[in-house]
Amino acid sequence: MDQILGNIGLLLEFPVVNLKIVLDGIMVGALFALAAYGLALVWGVMNVKNLAQGDFVISGGYVSWWLVQHGFPALLGVPIAFVVMWGIGWVVYKLVISRVIERDLFTSLLATFGLAIMMAQILNLLFGSDTQSVDLDYDVLYFFDGFIDVPIAKLIGVLMATALAAGVIIFMKSSRMGQAIRATAQDARAARVMGIDTEKVYAFTFSLNSAICGAAGAIIVMVWVIQPFYGISYSIRAFVIVTAAGLGNLPGVIAAGLGIGALEQYGAHIFGIGYQQAIAVMLLLLVLLVRLIQQRRNRQVLK
Amino acid sequence: MTAIINVRRVSKSFGGVVANQDVSLKVNSGTITGLIGPNGSGKTTLFNSIVGYHPIDEGSIQFEGEEISKLPVQQIARRGLLRTFQQTRIYGAMNGVENMLISLPHRKMKIWDALKTFTKEDYERADHLLEFVGLYEKRLLKSGDLSFGQQKLLEFAMALMNEPTCLLLDEPTAGINPTLINGLIDRLKRANSEFGITLFVIEHNMRVIMNMAETIYCLAHGELLAQGTPDEIQNDQRVIDAYLGAH
Amino acid sequence: MTRNKTILYALILAFTFVCPFVFPNFGTQLATLWLMIIVALTWDMTGGQMGYNSLGNIFFYGTGMYVAALISIGMVYDVGDYTNAAGGGIYAFTDAQYFGGLFLGIIGAGIFCSVVAVVIGYLTFGLRGPYFAIGTLGVAIAAGELVSNWDWVGGGQGIALPVYPGDLDTGKIFFYFLFAAVGVSVFVFVKWLYGTRFGAAINAIRDDEEKSDAMGIHTLRYKLYTWAMAAFFVGMAGGISAFQLIHFEPLESAYQTINLGIFMVVCVLLGGKGTLWGPVVGAVLFHLFKEVTWNYLLGWQWVALGALIVVTVVYFQDGVMGWLMHKRPEWFGIRIEEKIAEETE
Repeated sequence: MDQILGNIGLLLEFPVVNLKIVLDGIMVGALFALAAYGLALVWGVMNVKNLAQGDFVISGGYVSWWLVQHGFPALLGVPIAFVVMWGIGWVVYKLVISRVIERDLFTSLLATFGLAIMMAQILNLLFGSDTQSVDLDYDVLYFFDGFIDVPIAKLIGVLMATALAAGVIIFMKSSRMGQAIRATAQDARAARVMGIDTEKVYAFTFSLNSAICGAAGAIIVMVWVIQPFYGISYSIRAFVIVTAAGLGNLPGVIAAGLGIGALEQYGAHIFGIGYQQAIAVMLLLLVLLVRLIQQRRNRQVLK
Repeated sequence: MTAIINVRRVSKSFGGVVANQDVSLKVNSGTITGLIGPNGSGKTTLFNSIVGYHPIDEGSIQFEGEEISKLPVQQIARRGLLRTFQQTRIYGAMNGVENMLISLPHRKMKIWDALKTFTKEDYERADHLLEFVGLYEKRLLKSGDLSFGQQKLLEFAMALMNEPTCLLLDEPTAGINPTLINGLIDRLKRANSEFGITLFVIEHNMRVIMNMAETIYCLAHGELLAQGTPDEIQNDQRVIDAYLGAH
Repeated sequence: MTRNKTILYALILAFTFVCPFVFPNFGTQLATLWLMIIVALTWDMTGGQMGYNSLGNIFFYGTGMYVAALISIGMVYDVGDYTNAAGGGIYAFTDAQYFGGLFLGIIGAGIFCSVVAVVIGYLTFGLRGPYFAIGTLGVAIAAGELVSNWDWVGGGQGIALPVYPGDLDTGKIFFYFLFAAVGVSVFVFVKWLYGTRFGAAINAIRDDEEKSDAMGIHTLRYKLYTWAMAAFFVGMAGGISAFQLIHFEPLESAYQTINLGIFMVVCVLLGGKGTLWGPVVGAVLFHLFKEVTWNYLLGWQWVALGALIVVTVVYFQDGVMGWLMHKRPEWFGIRIEEKIAEETE
């Protein structure tokens, strides 16, 4: 308890520490937002709640890590992870996801939970359970007499995440496929009647989601560490963000992603790093509770 | 005659769309009251407001003299104010008898009653009411396999099983074979006269509603357009205009 | 009950009794099988019969473990000192203290868990479908994380309980019969419950909750009671596990979200959701599959389990009982009328 008060005191005494936490949080949050956007996409278009979301992220990270081990430049890992995970996403779609789309919601949740267990265990068997990361030999920038340190690697990571997000947004807005995806999300039957091949749209959407996650993972491995069993916490964060922001609300997803990143950093600072996972989950419960109370006021429930 | 449902100056809008504007009406105890109006005039919205599916923006709704506009659905239902759905809702995976048994009124039940099995009287009552609506032969079939019209009859029987004091029926004859409509009108009237249930009925079929109701309210564009006996409504120029679209 | 059924039940009961003596080498596995049957049957109360698919029932298992352990330790020693010593100090338990703590602990675990279920249920039962599943999963994960940071109960190291006072084999049989007793009670209990108006009400909630609301059923009340009953049995099972395992820690054995927490769901799906025998059949099949893969697949057993989950969910969701019901509806007293299509109204 004293330690918690001390940590809070620190925040008040040195306001610049807040800046550092917020900055860190935004950097983490940008990557959370990517995974969450993919989740919202799949959720909105094909009504599949993908609990393996975080495992796609981690898989992408391992793709990039493996490449670096074999002498590829680290930055190349991001596009390659994007492509590789696209392929894996497509295979997963054909084998599993395509068969749960029309089923009830719990089916997709459970099937992807099983998938998550499988993916984590396969990664564990292939790469071992140690934490891994890719070291980028870039400088660290210092501000405010060294109070704030910003590794250039993280900066590059955030920039890449932003570029990826921007690319996806432009794609969804302007391309033919993007339009088809948005049409299917609104009403799959109507889209089918209008001649859109929804099966193709679904396969594309899920592959795209997997690729986005993979790229996010490739960025994460450069700036933090990955481990085969870290997937679930990314999945949970993605759910927190989507639940808080709602589907089909891209600015909301980004804002929620950044906000949750910052909140998590604050929590870790105040309660200690051991609580980081707990904080992510508590945020989920908090968001669900708030949405529930909102709905109850309208005599409705959250479904 | 006392008003069992008393709707006073109720307004409800969804976003910018006004569904009900300043609607006031009364349903008298023991009567059959009709609610008519062109498509989109706000009839079902008013029903939903009364039984508590969504909050109302303004006004008050009283049932048996008590304000219910803030109560959730189940509490209103437990006071004996029940509704059927326009898109029929039954428990599709169960058979007819099970559907009936589960509709026994829970408001008269203590929690330990829940731990009892259904009695012989419960089964007899279920069979009797299924007979009443003409579904006795089909009572052991999975009710999801019944035709739409039969499901509608089953839903009506389930509502009767619940022993409501007042029943809101949303288009009871829609989807029913025209040759059976006379029989249904007869049953609705009997439910009113024999079981003493007040009925408040949305109906598109003018012949049906004119045959049944003592008082009829007509909604158009979310507002109350006219009210009166079937004769008055039939000869009301505003109602005719509303239906012909010359508004 | 017909005569054949009576004989069947008697046979199963007899088999339950002789099992640990016929297969003395499998005492622990058989006890675990009963644990699976308990958690599967109780999961089906909400998941199969009421339509609320919880991914967080493991929360009650873990909580039951801790409550039972804390009660039995707290009756004799100061809990903080005990966990601080982590086996260093000498904390002996007499036989009376052991068995007293064991029984009070297990009962206490059940009661505590059902109270907690009502509180959590009050907050989460407004959630429907996937939100409920994720919300309950969140509760279980959060509990595990919080407990592993709570030093008073041993933190991430967990708690070590006293060892069964007696020889090892008797201990195994003792725990087998504890699990079996709870398992049989659960079965008898749900068999009775599903035949009452209570059972009909929770079935109605599963089939159409909005309609149930509109018919005036106390939906929230039924949901809370059902979950509290399930939690009671799962909590007791957790309490027994705590004493059986002797040492347990929060993330791997108590709040084991991705192990037992998901296994119970798979058992039910495998056997047939919403049927009386489905969870039992599923638990037996799943347990067999698990033991076989654990012994022969060397490292890949987890992948095989994940695959089993995916395959069950995607291709075989009706489970064994559902499949039988489809093939042999007359066994279940379901009437199907030919030529429904030609019916007139």
